[in-house]
Amino acid sequence: MKAIGWSKLAVFPVCLIPLAYLGLAAYQGNLGANPLEVITHTTGDWTIRFLLITLSITPLRQVSKQYWLIQYRRMLGLFAFFYGTLHLTTYLWFDKFFRWHAILDDVGQRKFITVGFLGFVLMIPLAITSTRGMIRRLGKRWTAIHRLIYVSATAGVIHYYWLVKADHRLPLTYGAILLVLLAYRLAKWAAPKFAAARVAPASRNA
Amino acid sequence: MLVRSKDSSFIPSSEITPKSLYVNRREFLRSAGIAGAVAAGTGLLSELVFPGSANAASDSTPTGKIDGVRKSPLSTSEKQNSLKDISNYNNYYEFSTDKYEPANLAKNFKTRPWKITVDGAVKKKKTWDIDEFLKLAPPEERIYRHRCVEGWSMVMPWIGFPISALIQQADPLPKAKYLEFTSLVDMQQMPGQRVRVLDWPYTEGLRMDEAMHPLAIFSFGLYGEILPNQNGAPLRINVPWKYGFKSAKGIVRITFTDNQPATAWDKAAPSIYGFYSNVNPNVAPWRDQSTERRLGEFLKRPTLMFNGYGDQVASLYNGMDLKKNY
Repeated sequence: MKAIGWSKLAVFPVCLIPLAYLGLAAYQGNLGANPLEVITHTTGDWTIRFLLITLSITPLRQVSKQYWLIQYRRMLGLFAFFYGTLHLTTYLWFDKFFRWHAILDDVGQRKFITVGFLGFVLMIPLAITSTRGMIRRLGKRWTAIHRLIYVSATAGVIHYYWLVKADHRLPLTYGAILLVLLAYRLAKWAAPKFAAARVAPASRNA
Repeated sequence: MLVRSKDSSFIPSSEITPKSLYVNRREFLRSAGIAGAVAAGTGLLSELVFPGSANAASDSTPTGKIDGVRKSPLSTSEKQNSLKDISNYNNYYEFSTDKYEPANLAKNFKTRPWKITVDGAVKKKKTWDIDEFLKLAPPEERIYRHRCVEGWSMVMPWIGFPISALIQQADPLPKAKYLEFTSLVDMQQMPGQRVRVLDWPYTEGLRMDEAMHPLAIFSFGLYGEILPNQNGAPLRINVPWKYGFKSAKGIVRITFTDNQPATAWDKAAPSIYGFYSNVNPNVAPWRDQSTERRLGEFLKRPTLMFNGYGDQVASLYNGMDLKKNY
């Protein structure tokens, strides 16, 4: 337990490296001609990356039998929420300056913003119910609620795909990774049912 | 006319980045470029075998001051963006879809020899040598607002001459209604073309009356000097009342046609990029265009109809529904 605590303490600052990089580059005036665009893109990128990293924990620990990996999952998921919050704040503040009618127009009319906004909103209940007390209180429902991350990550990838003008290589790469991570879960879920289906006719013949 | 003069009477602005700064930056970019080449696995071998060979060919690319440039009443007096910003933030997908990369990737781009073919529905079809083409009309400085469809804008001091100078010379047939501009295809020099993000070559088009408008220019210079490669050397156009992607770079062919030409962006996403693509704060098929960020400013400013050139160009579109013809 103590060893895990220490390693979590070590992973935490690693997750802050993208933010530290942005802060340092901003301080040195190295964010180029359009700093707010760099901030928007970087925070958005890392939201999707942390969602994918979070989703890869379960397959990784099951395939590699390194079951202790579960200890990092909540922290990684919360970092996805953290970068998502920075991303949304950059948009609301520095792109729209809290002009709410313009924001509502965007969310209602421009599909890449609609889907991105949805992806973020669905992360909120996950963040709220991430505490130990909530996990205990919600029991089995907790697992069901936290499947929302599948929708959130999918929405994030679609948001990225739709906003890009022509070069879809990176959003498609994220999409491919997400597909593998979701397919693993589908296969895991479906495998016992297939096994049962195969057993059933055999027992009828017997 | 163009190359290397010690006359320093021109450069109009105090906005120019001190040379030491951007030279240092180039030095940095050069080493970054070598690192980039290593990472990409391209050019590594030649760099190892012939160190510095990547820079050897650059003497064919002219640099230096352009003489005899006249000022123009069509220029804006707004604060100009720095050369550093203008030449390091480029949407030039032939080199890269990352706006910070063309400055480095275009460093050794060869702009000489360079031919420009003028063909189609004209009496005087001709393949021009670039240096002859650039003498079609006396060079003028045109300080223009430039509005990108991505929501940012800059003010840039181009040097060039009206497209109308070529049109008059070429003598179009009566059936010629449009001009099509075709950009260079050269995968060796333009690594972005190895990926089919657009249907290369890049093509753009203007209606004849748009191209004849005095604001529409061929550009070959910036800030008093020969145009940086990453900004579209040796020849690009600037159509300041339209979104930036209409202003094609690295032009090798100009074709006069009777049909509206297909454009690279319209082919890639017709629901977003119409043929006209006039700056219009009220039409936003893709993203909100009502405001823009002038680079260097924190607050956003309202986007103006026709990018503020409405007094001059609105009459071109009399009777057209600009919500449909975006």
